Amino acid sequence: MLPFIIRRLFFLPVVFFGVTIIIVLLMQLLTPYQRAAAFARSEQQARNLDAIIQQYGLDDPWYMQYGRWLGQVAQGNLGYSRVTAEPVLTTIRKRFPPTLELALFAIIPVIGAGIWFGTAAALNRDKFIDQLTRVLSIVGWSLPTFVFGIWLLVIFYGGLGEFLKDFAGGLFRVEPGRLSTPYIIELASGNFRSYTGLMTIDALLNGRLDIFWNAILHLILPVTTLAVVASAQIMRVMRSSLLDTLSQDYVRTARAKGLEESVVNIKHARRNALIPVLTLAGFVLTGLISGVVITETIFNYPGLGQWAASAAVQLDYAAVLGFAVFLSMVVVIANLLVDVMYGIIDPRIRYD
Amino acid sequence: MDATKNLELEKKERPEPALRRWWTSKTMKRFRRNPLAITGALMVIGFVFIAIFAPLLTTPGRSCARDLGLSRATMQDVRNPLKPVFWRSLVLTPQSCYTIPRTTFSPIPQPPSDQAVLGTTSGGYDIYYGLIWGTRTAFLIGIFVVGVGLTVGVIMGSISGYFGGRVDMVLMRFTDVVMSVPGLVLAMVIITVLGQSIFNVMIAISLVAWPNYARVLRGDILRVKEQEYVAGARALGARGARVIFKHVIPNAIGPLVIIASLDIGSVVLTAAALSFLGLGAPLGYADWGQMISFARNWILGPPGNPWAYWYVSFWPGLIIVLFVLGWNLLGDAFRDVLDPRSQ
Repeated sequence: MLPFIIRRLFFLPVVFFGVTIIIVLLMQLLTPYQRAAAFARSEQQARNLDAIIQQYGLDDPWYMQYGRWLGQVAQGNLGYSRVTAEPVLTTIRKRFPPTLELALFAIIPVIGAGIWFGTAAALNRDKFIDQLTRVLSIVGWSLPTFVFGIWLLVIFYGGLGEFLKDFAGGLFRVEPGRLSTPYIIELASGNFRSYTGLMTIDALLNGRLDIFWNAILHLILPVTTLAVVASAQIMRVMRSSLLDTLSQDYVRTARAKGLEESVVNIKHARRNALIPVLTLAGFVLTGLISGVVITETIFNYPGLGQWAASAAVQLDYAAVLGFAVFLSMVVVIANLLVDVMYGIIDPRIRYD
Repeated sequence: MDATKNLELEKKERPEPALRRWWTSKTMKRFRRNPLAITGALMVIGFVFIAIFAPLLTTPGRSCARDLGLSRATMQDVRNPLKPVFWRSLVLTPQSCYTIPRTTFSPIPQPPSDQAVLGTTSGGYDIYYGLIWGTRTAFLIGIFVVGVGLTVGVIMGSISGYFGGRVDMVLMRFTDVVMSVPGLVLAMVIITVLGQSIFNVMIAISLVAWPNYARVLRGDILRVKEQEYVAGARALGARGARVIFKHVIPNAIGPLVIIASLDIGSVVLTAAALSFLGLGAPLGYADWGQMISFARNWILGPPGNPWAYWYVSFWPGLIIVLFVLGWNLLGDAFRDVLDPRSQ
């Protein structure tokens, strides 16, 4: 398997150079002045764009600019983001953990619910649970993230908000953001040590159960938004794939041997039915990332997606470029992990 | 010469059987027996009608009426098929009709009333008007993107599939690279560079969509290329381009066109998402994504009346969900029908 992983890792630079060259070529559609604006760090600099064009050689041919840009990246300089008023790399480092936390919390229900409902539906074909799964998957599949997220906010923060605020001392209150304001102020004061950047884990490590619960409350709605939309696809594929496997000869053989029904279903049928689901996982992941951009914007969640969305609106080129490059690397690595998982689930697959 | 003449005669004499043959074909029968497929088809057809007849379903705003040459007295002519303005509004619609009329300039959304049956967003934009005309925008985006994406995809895919070798390798690695970036993100990058407008949204999504089509067509071409009739055509002396265009593509393109046209639903969704983020239509343009983005500031009602602004998020959301649902049901049924395993 190791040579396979190494071979796939070679694709990483291909994607890196491919994506960056595409973006740099696209950038050539802008005038040097527009590009120079991305480098300006203060009002004075913004007034003197000619100096920046000179300094960074923004009217050179594209390959010169690209080479220089690569040199900068090699030194860990991805440019300067106007939206957050700090270097792009700093912003990415700061905002990646919240996004990762959101995605990790979403993946658990997506895979869990997707596989559970899909299995239950296939094993009880045409029964109630099957019909329920089919309706859930069609509805979930057709709910766009931005519609569903807004609706959840209107219902649970807007409509039921007043009720939830008073109910059980506000224990189940949900609101946009990552933490409630008092906690944000407390965090800024510096008594709270950040170990991982993942708020829930940091809160536990600091022994602050109240912050942990507060972070969870803030995660409920965005995670639901992401999970309902993404798990619908897994449900559908799991169901049809398991139905397919259940009619295979080896499943009948296993039953004929007198094996217990649950052993046949889980060990023989489901394990094989998971293979197409895994194929889908790569697509679900890309969908999840697109979903994260929108979800973070709706719920005002301070992650990479929210930053990128506002950067795109405010024409912060350096930020959008850095975000896209970083994200494509993440996607390539995640897809590599999916491919490695193939080998674990399906021993027939040889990586040579 | 004689053969084509005969064929034409045959077509002229019996125009129905071809249609009936299609209608009673195995595929169509399977399709017609599926209630979900029918529901989806009806929903999509419904939206097509809304898009076509948008001028009749709404009262034109001030600048739209002016561009159509309508005065208050002749306003009803737009619904009268005998008047030229009826046809003009349907076919040669002035751009100004895509601008949502404003009933007030109040920053607070107004509840449903006689003037605006579904209420207005902040700024007094009529929700009903925006949604009806937004259907047109949606179809324009969908058809444009699928058309451009398909054209580019077919060109790239046929070059790649037919020539093979190094050309194929380079083109396929290129599609790998494009597809490794999530579509929405790449579209965001492209729009940031090109500038924010509906047209650039369409361009951006087309640029994201084509690699998929190119790969599907390439695979089909590789399959078709091995068949005897292509070898036969080549043996008869047909050269590269002729073999591609006359023999290979016509036999490989069928399923691709269906796959692509079913993508209209998801294309519209991506465009709406971009508009929602503020990267698409200019303020006041009839566009679903923008309609729902208005709702972002009106989640919370005034104290004591938490549901006050429900209509700002409910109607735009509902219409987008119905549109996507229709296409998904239709697409699902077609994929089932086209899947060789299920026959």
